[in-house]
Amino acid sequence: MTTRTATPIFRLSEVDNPSSLVERFGSEDPLRLDCGVDLTPFQIAYQTYGTLDSRKANAVLVCHALTADQHLANRHPVTGAQGWWTTMVGPGRPIDTNRFFVICTNVLGACMGTTGPASTNPATGKPWGLDFPMVTIRDMVRAQAKLIDRLGIESLFCVLGGSMGGMQVLQWAASYPERVFCALPIATAAKHSAQNIAFHEVGRQAVMADPDWRKGRYIEEGTRPSKGLGVARMAAHITYLSEKALHRKFGRNLQDREAPTFSFDADFQVESYLRHQGMSFVERFDANSYLYVTRAMDYFDLAADYGGALARAFQGSRTRFCVVSFTSDWLFPTADSRATVHALNAAGGSVSFVEIATDRGHDAFLLDVPELFATTGGFIDAAARARGLSPVPSKGASADLPRERRERAEETPALSATRIGSRR
Amino acid sequence: MAVLALPEISPTRVDLLTVAEMVEPGSRVLDVGCGDGALLKMLSERRGVDGRGIELSQAGVNECVAKGLHVIQGDADTDLVAYPDDAFDYVILSQTLQATFAPRTVLEHMLRIGRRAIVSFPNFGHWRIRTHLTFRGRMPVTETLAHAWYDTPNIHFCTIRDFVGLVDLVNARVEKAVALDQAGHPVRVNAPWWFWNIFGQQAVFLLRRR
Repeated sequence: MTTRTATPIFRLSEVDNPSSLVERFGSEDPLRLDCGVDLTPFQIAYQTYGTLDSRKANAVLVCHALTADQHLANRHPVTGAQGWWTTMVGPGRPIDTNRFFVICTNVLGACMGTTGPASTNPATGKPWGLDFPMVTIRDMVRAQAKLIDRLGIESLFCVLGGSMGGMQVLQWAASYPERVFCALPIATAAKHSAQNIAFHEVGRQAVMADPDWRKGRYIEEGTRPSKGLGVARMAAHITYLSEKALHRKFGRNLQDREAPTFSFDADFQVESYLRHQGMSFVERFDANSYLYVTRAMDYFDLAADYGGALARAFQGSRTRFCVVSFTSDWLFPTADSRATVHALNAAGGSVSFVEIATDRGHDAFLLDVPELFATTGGFIDAAARARGLSPVPSKGASADLPRERRERAEETPALSATRIGSRR
Repeated sequence: MAVLALPEISPTRVDLLTVAEMVEPGSRVLDVGCGDGALLKMLSERRGVDGRGIELSQAGVNECVAKGLHVIQGDADTDLVAYPDDAFDYVILSQTLQATFAPRTVLEHMLRIGRRAIVSFPNFGHWRIRTHLTFRGRMPVTETLAHAWYDTPNIHFCTIRDFVGLVDLVNARVEKAVALDQAGHPVRVNAPWWFWNIFGQQAVFLLRRR
């Protein structure tokens, strides 16, 4: 029998005490979850960029996708990589941090400082593991709303996000229509498809099949289900790309060799790339969080909460919507976005919709796709005019921010156009 | 603000002004094939309408969205079916009918979705087209119909009289009709259909369900 260490040999550093901002909610302020459990205490880790104006009218909430986090426009505290959405958010970007106050929270169930299965269960003093209650997209949004309350913001100028972030956008618009002036759901769907649930199940089974998973108690047992989580990430990563993008980037090229080795070594570049994606992922992500957050996506079916009619979710909504999809996205195909658009039309909503032609697959929302920025920039500008937000960034808008935060907000180098894999 | 809209309307699209005059101020409008949004913008600024658009091209949609208009990328032939009955006061189809795959179905959907439908289209019965075809023996290429036959998006041309026939067929009533000459001026108002059918370069119809 292997030695069981009493002290964990590995634990993600940001789980309980994140280096970002964090808001803690005590027993007086529990979070009622869809599964019926009152989660308390809990905490929400978040980042902000830019300055909240005096009317508190310029707040933008960015919702992150499955495995991304609140560090959207600053260096990541664990990996050191630049923020995951610096193409969209930053000075002079469509979500201009000279103009808007941008908030991004780590979602409920994740592992970068918001309460999740890796967090310490106050009842036992040990990590929650699988004792953590199941969370839903609606729970994530409820938690965000509590943070927005704490920040004293009555209504958000914009809520936006791609993929699972887009699910949160739709949930925000349905749950709190009066608090969302405009909404930008990108590459997303109002329900998770059977195919997507199937892919998620493959990933979860890979994690749980790893003997180091230890029925979810790996942190206490001093192990890490890195192989299982790595395989889950590799399989998922394929779904974020497109056949064309893979072909263009890798073709059948061999990795650092002249000829096949007649072995199961990573002969092909695409294999090497996927292995790298899997390995780097496990350094920053908790395996149980992966189970919980994928499950939250699987359970998402907005229409089901409204008697099966998606239009009812948006009835009477005055929110301005701009729905965006990508032609080569086979994970959240355009048909999913059209279903949302048709429901919004049926509800008499204000909706714009663009399907952007690109061969870069689902990941396109994270990449340097000029049409995406033209669409979102145009939509945001028009909505800001309608809300009466000042069109010209005021000089020294970030002057009253602490120095460190100001530097972060200004640090937005352009992403390489050839980059095809990213955090979601 | 009224000065904004006029310069954006090219002389060949004076039908847009005629269309705009048919729309009651403050109504709800769906513009099918709204292009860069010139009509929707004019309607919203001058008539205070609550406008929506459908446009096929991504470039057109982007222009519209940047103007603050609510426009979805879509196709008149496939996307009208998703709209509920009576969702709009007016459904407008300007210079697009002839480019649809199923003009009759499109017109029926328009009359279902909107209390009224406004349709403008180029008249293939115009005397210049007739003479072009008669004397040259080739498909006409004119200022308003600028494509050669092999690459034209216009697959269902009709004359004014053809259109009046379709209106009967789909059980609609003509509330108002205007034929415009080459300069965009209305052709004599009380003229009979055959006269319009020869001298109208384009026509604008205001229809409602019977």
